[in-house]
Amino acid sequence: MLASLVGFLGDFDKAEEAAQEAFAIAAERWPVSGAPSNPGGWLVTTARNRAIDRIRRERTLAAKIHLLPVSEAAMDEFDFDDTAIKDERLELIFTCCHPALALDGQVALTLRALGGLETAEIARAFLVSEETMKRRLSRAKAKIKATGIPFAVPDAHLLPDRLDAVLAVIYLIYNEGYSGRVDLAAEAIRLGKMLAALMPDEPETYGLLALMTIHHARRRARFSGEDLVLLGDQDRSLWDHEQIAAGRAALDRGLALSGRGAYVIQAAIASLQTAEPIDWPQVAELYRRLADLTGSAVVELNGAVALAQAGDPAAALAAVERLDLDGYLYFHSTRGELLRRLGRDDEARAAYRRALELAASVPEQRFLTRRLEEL
Amino acid sequence: MQYALMIYAEPGYGEALPEAERAAVLTEFSALVDDPRCVSAVQLQPAETATCVRVTGGRTLMTDGPFADTKEVLGGLCLIEAANLDEVIELAAGIPVARFGGVVEVRPVVAR
Repeated sequence: MLASLVGFLGDFDKAEEAAQEAFAIAAERWPVSGAPSNPGGWLVTTARNRAIDRIRRERTLAAKIHLLPVSEAAMDEFDFDDTAIKDERLELIFTCCHPALALDGQVALTLRALGGLETAEIARAFLVSEETMKRRLSRAKAKIKATGIPFAVPDAHLLPDRLDAVLAVIYLIYNEGYSGRVDLAAEAIRLGKMLAALMPDEPETYGLLALMTIHHARRRARFSGEDLVLLGDQDRSLWDHEQIAAGRAALDRGLALSGRGAYVIQAAIASLQTAEPIDWPQVAELYRRLADLTGSAVVELNGAVALAQAGDPAAALAAVERLDLDGYLYFHSTRGELLRRLGRDDEARAAYRRALELAASVPEQRFLTRRLEEL
Repeated sequence: MQYALMIYAEPGYGEALPEAERAAVLTEFSALVDDPRCVSAVQLQPAETATCVRVTGGRTLMTDGPFADTKEVLGGLCLIEAANLDEVIELAAGIPVARFGGVVEVRPVVAR
């Protein structure tokens, strides 16, 4: 409902106010006179009416209003019986995730407008004050208005890049999911489902949904108290197997659409890692393809790990040492592990110590300390 | 809506380009100027010709050189009339400098 109001009014704040007024009226009237046969349509129509009344009043006060082109004619002859609510959530997603907006603004706006989270909830989730989050949201909304960011699904030739931006925002929200007190991971998955439903022919939307779902299914096995549990050691009975199946179904849909993009590949890797035993050579091959696509050194690092798991730690170490990742904790911990497997214990210890210097969280520190003790 | 495009590039980037690309730069810039959405476009003379003017205590002070002491220098300005930000971003992205290491800053103009 909010999406269609934003589309009609071209303004987030006005849309929210109008929606609230409509709900308030409904709350007063419906218990008394009964709910209308099409409550959704009634709400949107009422909200539009209130907004138009307000705009007319503001106009007569000669206030300057900056709306997206909404013609006088369109406003005058709007239809009380209009019960068709245009689903404009896709337009809303692309607007919230416009690359011209600051990334933290995109994330906040997406959660506010599509996630339906309150500003205070979003602030808690990102461990900032409500004031800070309010400002982030205002800045983003102000920029949309001031710069004329259109409320539209991008043209076909722009769509791939713009869709990438949307997927990146949703994935960012997912990855924030483990900090703060609000379950952002679940929120991201919900947004991912929404996007896949709205864009059923885009393989990467299924890829992202599959990736998030499969990872989420394993969350209870990742920690044992304060301790990190590696994939190979995880208690599979703690995995949500229904979710894994759902993730695999999403992945299948992405593959059926000939998906070869980064999210489909990552989802395929995640899916392979839920099998028993894990087909490490296949995983290594997928990491190689992902590295080619993204040029990411971290991806190459993960690929090297897969190579080691597939039985070739020497080749894995050679691959790792070609990478420039000195400030990255997992670079050193991986080196440590590979050196240990090759029997080079002194060098392994040095690598783990370096990793420990970079460890930021208690689980990470405990894990690395244990590894050092085991040597 | 009107937008200002401010084109920043490292001085001499044009000379560093191979012949074919230098020709492309000129052609593409002309195309932008001729685009009906382009209200006006100017190329600025090199940074060495810049003078900064300040007034303090009623006196006019001048300094030699551009305002921003950066590698990239303001090299041109365009005023574009476009329906929305996406349209003007496409135009900005088409300015040759943008793909040769330069930057185009896009900002809406205050309506009078």
